[in-house]
Amino acid sequence: MNGKIANVGIVIVSHSPLVAKGTADMVRQMVGDGVPLSWCGGNADGGLGTNTAAILRAIEAAWSDHGVAVFVDLGGAETNSEMAIEMLGEPRSALVAICNAPLVEGAVIAAAEASGGASLAKVVATAEELSPS
Amino acid sequence: MQTDRTLILGLIDTCRAVIADHADHLCELDRAIGDGDHGTNMRRGCDAVYLDRERLSAMPLAQALETIGRTLVMNVGGAAGPLYGTLLIEMGRRVAQANEPNFAAIVGEAIDAVARRGRSRKGDKTLLDVLYPVHTELVRQSALIRIARTAKESAQSTAGMKAMRGRASFLGDRSIGHVDPGASSCALLASAICDYLKEYRPA
Repeated sequence: MNGKIANVGIVIVSHSPLVAKGTADMVRQMVGDGVPLSWCGGNADGGLGTNTAAILRAIEAAWSDHGVAVFVDLGGAETNSEMAIEMLGEPRSALVAICNAPLVEGAVIAAAEASGGASLAKVVATAEELSPS
Repeated sequence: MQTDRTLILGLIDTCRAVIADHADHLCELDRAIGDGDHGTNMRRGCDAVYLDRERLSAMPLAQALETIGRTLVMNVGGAAGPLYGTLLIEMGRRVAQANEPNFAAIVGEAIDAVARRGRSRKGDKTLLDVLYPVHTELVRQSALIRIARTAKESAQSTAGMKAMRGRASFLGDRSIGHVDPGASSCALLASAICDYLKEYRPA
C-alpha cells in the first residue's frame, strides 16, 4: 500500500520503544501522513534493546518503492539494521539506507525533506548534514 | 559433506547448556562495561535454536549452519545476534560452495565476515579476540584440549584491552580490567564444543 506513496519512507530504530515512538510522534507532528513512517524499539522480551526481526517488520511497514531511510541510536541498532536490510534481499535492499545522523533531529529533518518528494539520496544527505564529518 | 544427525543435535544441546549455565555470569560481565543483557540475549537465541533442533538435524550441514545463523540473528538481538549469526551463515554458505571443505579456511573466511559486520579488528576487545586465536589453532590442527585452552585464555586476555567498539568503548580507559562479555561467551562456546567433540564418536 505504501509503495504507492511517492515519498521516501522513514524508519526509527531505538533501544527504547519510548524513544522510538516519541521520535515518530515528533515526525508525524511535522509531516502528518505525508511519508510512510514506522518505528521499533526494545528486545524480544520487551526490555531495552534492538532486534533484527522487529526492524525488518518496521522497514516493511514503512516501505516505499522510492526508498526507505533508517535512523538508529546506539551500536547494536545499526548492526541489527544492516542485518535486516541484508535479509530483505536484492533488489529491495538497495533501496534502504541507514543515515549517519542524530536520531531525533535526523528523522524529523529527513521526513520534512521526504514529504516534499525528495529522492532517497537527497533525504539521506540532508539528514547527514547534521553530523560532524 | 556427510552430516551426522547426532553430531548436530549434540552441538546444539552443548551450546545451549553452556550458555544457560553461564547466562548470569555473562550478564554480570556485560553490566560492568555494557548494557547487561548479553547472557539473556544469548540464552534466548540458543533456546530458539534448541526448539528447532529436530528440523535442523535433518538438514545437510551447510543448510543447518545457515539456518542456525538466521535463527540467532532473529532471536539474540543486541550486536551479538548479527555477529554470531554472520559467523554461522557465512560458514554455511562456504560449506555449500566448497567441493572439499577445508574447515579451517572456511572458519577463517567466516571470521573475516564477522569483522566486517562489526567493523572491528583484533585487539578491539570483542569476540574476534577469541575467534582469531582459535582459528590459528585450527590452522595448526592443534588438539581439541589446546584449542579450548586458547579460547579461554584469549577471553581472559581481553581484560587488559581497551574497548574500541560497542557500548564499552564509551567508557574508554575504564573498560580496561574487565573481560569482554562477547569474548567470554565465544570462549565458553568454543571450549564446550571442543569438550563435546573429544567425547564424540561417529556412529
